[in-house]
Amino acid sequence: MADRRSALHAFIVKEMRHILRDRQTLTILLLLPLAMVVLFGYALRNDITDVRLVVIDPTPDYATIALRNRFAGNPRFEIVATSQTPDLAEPLFRRGDADLALAFPPRFAESLSQGVPTRLLLVGDASDPNTGSTMAAYATAVITSYQTEIGATGQAVRIVPQLRMRFNPTLESVNLFVPGLIALVLTLITALMTSISLSREKERGTLEILLVSPLHPWQIILGKVMPYLLLALGNVATALLAAWAVFHVPFRGSLVLLLSASVLYSMVGLSLGVLIAALAPSQRAAMLAALAGTMLPNALLSGMIFPIASLPAWLRMVTYVVPARWFIVIARGIMLKGVGLTYLWKELAVLTVMLVVLLIAAVRSFKPRFA
Amino acid sequence: MTDHAVASSRAPLEVRGVSRRFEETVALSDVSFAVNAGELFGLVGPDGAGKTTLFRILTTLLVPDSGTATVLGLDVVRDLWAIRSRVGYMPGRFSLYPDLSVEENLSFFASVFGTSIDEGRAIIAPIYDQIEPFKDRRAGALSGGMKQKLALCCALVHCPEILFLDEPTTGVDAVSRREFWDLLGALKKSGLPILVSTAYMDEATRCDRVGLIQRGRILAVDAPAAIAARYPNPLIAVHANERHKLIQSLRDYQHAKSVYPFGDEVHYSDARAAKAMDDIVAELRTYLAGSGFTDLRVKPISAGVEDAFMELMGQPEATVRAAA
Repeated sequence: MADRRSALHAFIVKEMRHILRDRQTLTILLLLPLAMVVLFGYALRNDITDVRLVVIDPTPDYATIALRNRFAGNPRFEIVATSQTPDLAEPLFRRGDADLALAFPPRFAESLSQGVPTRLLLVGDASDPNTGSTMAAYATAVITSYQTEIGATGQAVRIVPQLRMRFNPTLESVNLFVPGLIALVLTLITALMTSISLSREKERGTLEILLVSPLHPWQIILGKVMPYLLLALGNVATALLAAWAVFHVPFRGSLVLLLSASVLYSMVGLSLGVLIAALAPSQRAAMLAALAGTMLPNALLSGMIFPIASLPAWLRMVTYVVPARWFIVIARGIMLKGVGLTYLWKELAVLTVMLVVLLIAAVRSFKPRFA
Repeated sequence: MTDHAVASSRAPLEVRGVSRRFEETVALSDVSFAVNAGELFGLVGPDGAGKTTLFRILTTLLVPDSGTATVLGLDVVRDLWAIRSRVGYMPGRFSLYPDLSVEENLSFFASVFGTSIDEGRAIIAPIYDQIEPFKDRRAGALSGGMKQKLALCCALVHCPEILFLDEPTTGVDAVSRREFWDLLGALKKSGLPILVSTAYMDEATRCDRVGLIQRGRILAVDAPAAIAARYPNPLIAVHANERHKLIQSLRDYQHAKSVYPFGDEVHYSDARAAKAMDDIVAELRTYLAGSGFTDLRVKPISAGVEDAFMELMGQPEATVRAAA
């Protein structure tokens, strides 16, 4: 048995060397969680600050000044230009120096005091539609609050209010997102990297020598996946640290529980990786299968970005077999709610069942002989 | 050797009636031969003859559809694990890790077999001494010949009791090929039985015995000289100014049995096995001179292994089979 351990040991050392020698891939793998937390963290924020506002006020009066001051005093807005004619706005939009224009009608105060519906025109840079509508919503909120304050009737300022202003998504979106990101990084390293690395061994023909040796398939599998498991856990730590340092994402529950769940989830991914490598005819096919079969569902069908509740019923059924869906519930529960096993045992049980099924399939698919 | 012999005294490798097909393709058809103790046995045949399939069956990677094979007295189907720790195998493509150094590759394969470079040193020394100066170089940066030597070291480091080398010289330059066969000759002296396959017929002469394989069938098994001696017809080497035209003219000659290029000459065999060689040479010279060839050289030769193989391979499926 002693020599067997040393064979496994040698295998793990060899695998570590492959990972360490491939500098490009290693750099990507190490920086990825960091970059993803930061990029996605900012990108997925529905919250926008520093909206550059152009004010077009043909006939300045006390009402327009008061509303303009509201915008000037609001930290989200920065008035970059004020003009009496609309000509100024267009070039600023084209140059990308303005995000939103607020155009008052002539004799704004007079119109308000008469109680007739008064139209305010808001023009947003909608090259990114989401950002555009969010900015418009902010502006509407400012206008609505002004209108409430001066006690005008509900009809006085007619701008359709948007629901979005009722959210306050600034930090919450990052909080919800980080658990999903951890799942994504774990899937990437376990399922994708393992299947690539194992199918490379097949493609190069080195597997042929490994098979004609006393190594059993489980030793080859174990030697192959152990280094990736370590790398994956290291990445969980990086992602958590980055989330905490950059976005002050809270961590309310047990770190040990989260790491244990990560190991469980990683093993599901590793089994998938081995299974994919065993079935894929080439390295390229394995990579594509891993991307389509694990990364896509992980990103789209796990509740990471799109809430599962908003999916059509049949797609909701599909999400039940996506491991990331369960892991994200666990990670969010531990990180954001601080709950423990009492609340998460069901999800953990589902992952365990998935692991057992996939592991059996993986070991069976990895035959000690060629077909 | 009889069937009553105890396992330890049996031939290190015995193949009996092995057949294997892949869907509709017949890869091996009723293959039988044996490799004796301390023998360097060459399996010679063109690409696609079934050599690699046979190697994979013998190294337990594939199961034959029918027939049996024993390696070191162990059944290749039943005794999978016992065989795997006792054989050395170098697959067709030199299977090394290009990102690992020479030493790391060797040390890895040693560990996989539960040994170390130091323990295997005695057997690999003649080969490893040549590549040791480059032990820190990555295997991917080695020349073809050096890769081949490293792969051989990796297959030998655990002191196997039999060595399987599948086309070790394919894609390697001529000098390295010659060196490699010298190394095999040296290894053979240690008593290690070796089964080696090649598509280069000139390498057959370096073996103790060879098996000629074509389209999944063994055409002949014998010592190279014995195979050469079986050549049935008068054989003549011809040289002339225009080789291409020469081949055509010789093929058109009424008594031609076979004509094929051989180096910068053309080998011509005559269909009249009983006719005196001198007469044939004289007639041929007259025929060729009459066809306008100059710079003409026509001389009788005795057939080599390659001629014998050309002869055998040209025959239809029903073939000569020597007793193993």
